[in-house]
Amino acid sequence: MVQGRLAWRVGRLAEVRDETPTARTLVLDVPGWPGHLAGQHVDLRLTAEDGYRTTRTYSLAAPAAGDRVAITVQRVPGGEVSPYLTEVFAVGDPVELRGPVGGWFVWRPTSPDPVLLIAGGAGIVPLMAMIRARRAAGSRAPVKLLYSVRTPADVYYAGELRRPEPGLDVTVVYTRKAPADWPGEPHRIGIADVNTAGWPAEFAPQCFVCGPTGFVETIADVLVALGHDPRRVKTERFGPSGS
Amino acid sequence: MSELFEDGNALAGPVGEIFAVDITGATTRCVSCGRADAVAALRVYRHAPGLVARCPGCDAVVLKLVRGRDAAWLDLTGTSSLRIPLPEG
Amino acid sequence: MGIVTPGFRGRARTADEKLPPGQYLVEDFPVLSAGPTPRVRTENWRFTVTTETGRTHEWSWADLLALPSETPTVDIHCVTRWSKLGTSWRGMSLDTLLADVDTAADYVLAECHGGYTTNLPLEDLLDGQAWIAYEFEGEELAPEHGGPARLLVPHLYFWKSAKWIEGLRLTLDEDLGFWEAAGYHTYGDPWREQRYQGD
Repeated sequence: MVQGRLAWRVGRLAEVRDETPTARTLVLDVPGWPGHLAGQHVDLRLTAEDGYRTTRTYSLAAPAAGDRVAITVQRVPGGEVSPYLTEVFAVGDPVELRGPVGGWFVWRPTSPDPVLLIAGGAGIVPLMAMIRARRAAGSRAPVKLLYSVRTPADVYYAGELRRPEPGLDVTVVYTRKAPADWPGEPHRIGIADVNTAGWPAEFAPQCFVCGPTGFVETIADVLVALGHDPRRVKTERFGPSGS
Repeated sequence: MSELFEDGNALAGPVGEIFAVDITGATTRCVSCGRADAVAALRVYRHAPGLVARCPGCDAVVLKLVRGRDAAWLDLTGTSSLRIPLPEG
Repeated sequence: MGIVTPGFRGRARTADEKLPPGQYLVEDFPVLSAGPTPRVRTENWRFTVTTETGRTHEWSWADLLALPSETPTVDIHCVTRWSKLGTSWRGMSLDTLLADVDTAADYVLAECHGGYTTNLPLEDLLDGQAWIAYEFEGEELAPEHGGPARLLVPHLYFWKSAKWIEGLRLTLDEDLGFWEAAGYHTYGDPWREQRYQGD
């Protein structure tokens, strides 16, 4: 994908939506935004009064709506950037950003292949962008989402994911505490969950896995063990960003 | 302790500042073990003075990127080639 | 210069005369890593000094511990802009380790487990300026901070204080190390803010 060299742009916070008690979606107005693919990121650069500067990378949470782009930030207690972005950064405030970046962990609405999305915690963000891009494009590619969270209160985009949508199956697995009507005990996603909630390997789905490093390693191994072609398993790990 | 690496996707922004093509979809070949991987599949260590991308097979350094004040240094001694997908031309 | 992000402070930073230009103070001890953390067992640990003629001098862990140790308290300055003041270490002075090494070399390439290297002038390792450190704040040095033993050269940026030190190669001409070959300054004096080549 030819993109042109990246430069920093200035965006302004246009709107906020709280997804959970500790995660907030920030909608930024970025004049001249060139558009992006589901799965791509932006880099945000924050500069303090004394010139101190730091950069963080966030997945885009939705297709662009004109000049508006959305990210979802999980607040990390004691972090340097996420408490600022989720508690202090206010509508109208400017921030520098560059992007979109990343041409590999992306889904294109023109692809008719079945899609398997597996998210661990905040790893849902770029996968939600794919679900929303599919809806926006009227794609008929069948999609299954397997989403691992600690407790029901940690589900991002909960209302939107509960609404029935043709061709989209959503399975949530709880690792710490499940809702009363959930069958089974809280557990980490294993081979049985992926086998039940995912596509058979013969369907040759495109698989996207996003989450913390350990989660992604485990799921990628499970997919390969179930017979999925490693070349069709794309992963994105969160590093220990300390953000 | 979890290892401190991320995917090669983390290179997209910093390298995108230098090149007009997205290199995360490019294929590298590790000088040390010969393994071919998407740049996005490399293991990137970014809690360091620069970005260090290592081969997922043998951990050898495939590329390093240092961003200075007014220059960047891109060290590609660990990759024998980069295959960059392009539109038909 | 970019724009200021309203209300953003970042981590707490205070001015201090002990801080070199462009540095900020931290209380924790950030872990930087350019690769996987090696688990080096002291049973297998070796420290080798190789001179420009190819002569080698080798110490086992027991040999190292048999040498007199020192307990320097020093300020450390990372090129990624954090500094930590008054850190206390235990280790062996390079003056002790290099006392019987006969060399005409002017330069050193420090070599580490995992392939990391860094270059220094030999004179910067002598006269009480550098140690092979194996304890930090009274505890054995943790693997993520370079344990069992790292080089400690606090008057230069901390990338010179190579973790998981394995040996020193003494040379007549200066080779460039891992970061020095990728744009960082050959010498790296924090007080002259020698971060990148050309600074």
